[in-house]
Amino acid sequence: MSEALKDGPRMLPYVSAITEGVRQVLEEQDNAFVAGEDVGQAGSVFGYYQGLLAEFGDRRIVDTPISEKGIIGLGVGAAATGCRPIIDIMFMDFLGECMDEVANQMAKMRFMFGGGATLPVTVLTMAGAGMNLAAQHSQSWEAFLAHLPGVKVLMPSNAYDAKGMIIAAARDDNPVFVVMNKMSLAMQAEVPAEMYEVPIGKAAVVREGSAFSIFAMGRMVHEALAAAKTLESLGVDCEVVDVRSIQPFDSETAVASIKKTHRALVVHEAVRFGGFGGEIVAQLQEEAFDYLDAPIARVGAPFSPVPYSPALEKLYIPNAERIVAEVKKVLGI
Amino acid sequence: MAKNITNKTLIDLHSCMVRIRRFEEEAGKLMEDGKIPGALHLYVGQEAVAAGVMAHLSNKDQITSTHRGHGHVIAKGGQFAPMFAELYGKSTGYCKGKGGSMHISNMALGILGANGIVGGGPPIAMGAAFSNKFRKTKQVAVTFFGDGASNEGSFHEAANMAALYQLPCVFVCENNGFGEYTRQTNHQAVTDVADRAAGYGMPGVVVDGMDVMAVYEAAEAAIKRARAGDGPTLLECKTYRYYDHVGVRGMGLTYRTDEEVDAWKQRDAINSFETLLVKQGVLTAKKIENVYARANDEIKEGVAFAESSPFPTAEDLLEDVYFVGAGS
Ligand SMILES: Cc1ncc(C[n+]2csc(CCOP(=O)(O)OP(=O)(O)O)c2C)c(N)n1
Ligand SMILES: [Mg+2]
Repeated sequence: MSEALKDGPRMLPYVSAITEGVRQVLEEQDNAFVAGEDVGQAGSVFGYYQGLLAEFGDRRIVDTPISEKGIIGLGVGAAATGCRPIIDIMFMDFLGECMDEVANQMAKMRFMFGGGATLPVTVLTMAGAGMNLAAQHSQSWEAFLAHLPGVKVLMPSNAYDAKGMIIAAARDDNPVFVVMNKMSLAMQAEVPAEMYEVPIGKAAVVREGSAFSIFAMGRMVHEALAAAKTLESLGVDCEVVDVRSIQPFDSETAVASIKKTHRALVVHEAVRFGGFGGEIVAQLQEEAFDYLDAPIARVGAPFSPVPYSPALEKLYIPNAERIVAEVKKVLGI
Repeated sequence: MAKNITNKTLIDLHSCMVRIRRFEEEAGKLMEDGKIPGALHLYVGQEAVAAGVMAHLSNKDQITSTHRGHGHVIAKGGQFAPMFAELYGKSTGYCKGKGGSMHISNMALGILGANGIVGGGPPIAMGAAFSNKFRKTKQVAVTFFGDGASNEGSFHEAANMAALYQLPCVFVCENNGFGEYTRQTNHQAVTDVADRAAGYGMPGVVVDGMDVMAVYEAAEAAIKRARAGDGPTLLECKTYRYYDHVGVRGMGLTYRTDEEVDAWKQRDAINSFETLLVKQGVLTAKKIENVYARANDEIKEGVAFAESSPFPTAEDLLEDVYFVGAGS
């Protein structure tokens, strides 16, 4: 079991772990600042910048207009010229407003310039469904981002990772997206007070097992753990791997797990078709084909936008039950 | 007050505002009681804008709305029952429960949707206006957006194109002084969003959005101009939302004073219009009471309809993603 999921003396909710990570980065790096919509006075609509304006002032906690193109552009331009911006895109869905700045500018600038530009910019954004916020406030677009050479993409499933990933992202000299989950904000984990990094490009085995590997992303890690518990009672010993780093992807840990279990399932909240799970499956069949005893199963959202109605949203979001059902199907039990 | 305005129009403007106010008060309560899920952005305080503009539109004319869209839908002819059903997430709602408050829409009423994306509406309205011109209809497209939305690139691109192509489009900025919790002075350097119109080559007009007659008259001119083929107008209505950004009390952040809210309530569009209409003998206290009573009945029926309606089911989830059937 990882540090993150153990009971410990210093428990913090995910939301406060974000605050702490950002605060420590601002203390460490003089040229770091936060910019985004309602990050200052309001402390973010999710509350994770509460208190930072009072602590750091409006030079370093910058409230912006509702202008996502401008906000990401600000991050790119400032990063290229000596700052280390932490850019806030309130809901991941709003990346639609600034996809050019992300995909054609931020992601490619260094390469196009022949290595001439360095972009130490961090983007914090909130993904996920579950709050009846409908089709434009609930999406998980990490696969879009992971498809862009030039950016890194992290998905913290817990408070420990949230803080450590923000610090790792801010210290990295590349554009890094930290894709957080709005349903996890109150979730507690042990979070050390000191600064630490969760290494970029490293998955975490959050439950060891011998018979089946479940590769889960973001909030689905907790559903996978719940599924593993149910499956344990059915005599199936599951390993759960928190993918954590989407880009770069830690295929080494994934392959090692497969070599042990020979069977696997991938699960994410994003739409199944074209989701990041497909990439994991492809890499595993390339690198560990001989170790696989069954096709790798995939669990994700159905091929529709996120529905508003609680009745439909419940059916839409992948959960432990669906993971269990798919695992049973693979095993024929 | 304009001379050519009939008593019926005055009465309609009043009842439109009252229906919006009562719907929103009730929706706010239902959200806070946990009966309506998700996030409602309520329109209380801004009623004069929707009522005054929509008075000049027919069902054939199109609007695009915002996350704060219930008022626009009601003023454009929306019925309470399918609206409440939508907010409840029921299959009898305007969007079969799939859209909810932030996406409420009805094509038959010319409502091209509320929008969860700030600034999502203006380009779509511009496109509808392009279509109106292309098809040589006399329809007009009106886009409602906030002061906050006027900082999105989408608004600027739509405004430029509407003016360039001389489209039958009206840009109605509801300047309520805030984008979420950020005051206008902290999100743009201009005081009047309407000043920006000059930069696109269209007229910019500022009106008191708490005065339904002022909105009515300014909207009439802008919509007539658009319908006549003379191009778009940017109409800025200075208004105020009484409730928090989301829900009634919201997150409890302090970003404005009670005194400020009270000062705007002193200029309440409905109260002042009622005083005026009673003074002019258009309405009596009794008749006004009846308007509220009718709205309350509509609410009761609407909520009962919503509560007794079925939820959508698993089969509905994959429907409406694509048009299925013969193309043309
Ligand atoms: C593209 C985008 N960015 C940010 C948001 C979050 N958001 C929702 S409403 C809102 C404020 C909008 O302000 P304004 O346009 O003035 O409308 P008002 O809420 O005042 O009616 C913001 C920032 C969003 N929904 N979409
Ligand atoms: Mg506003």
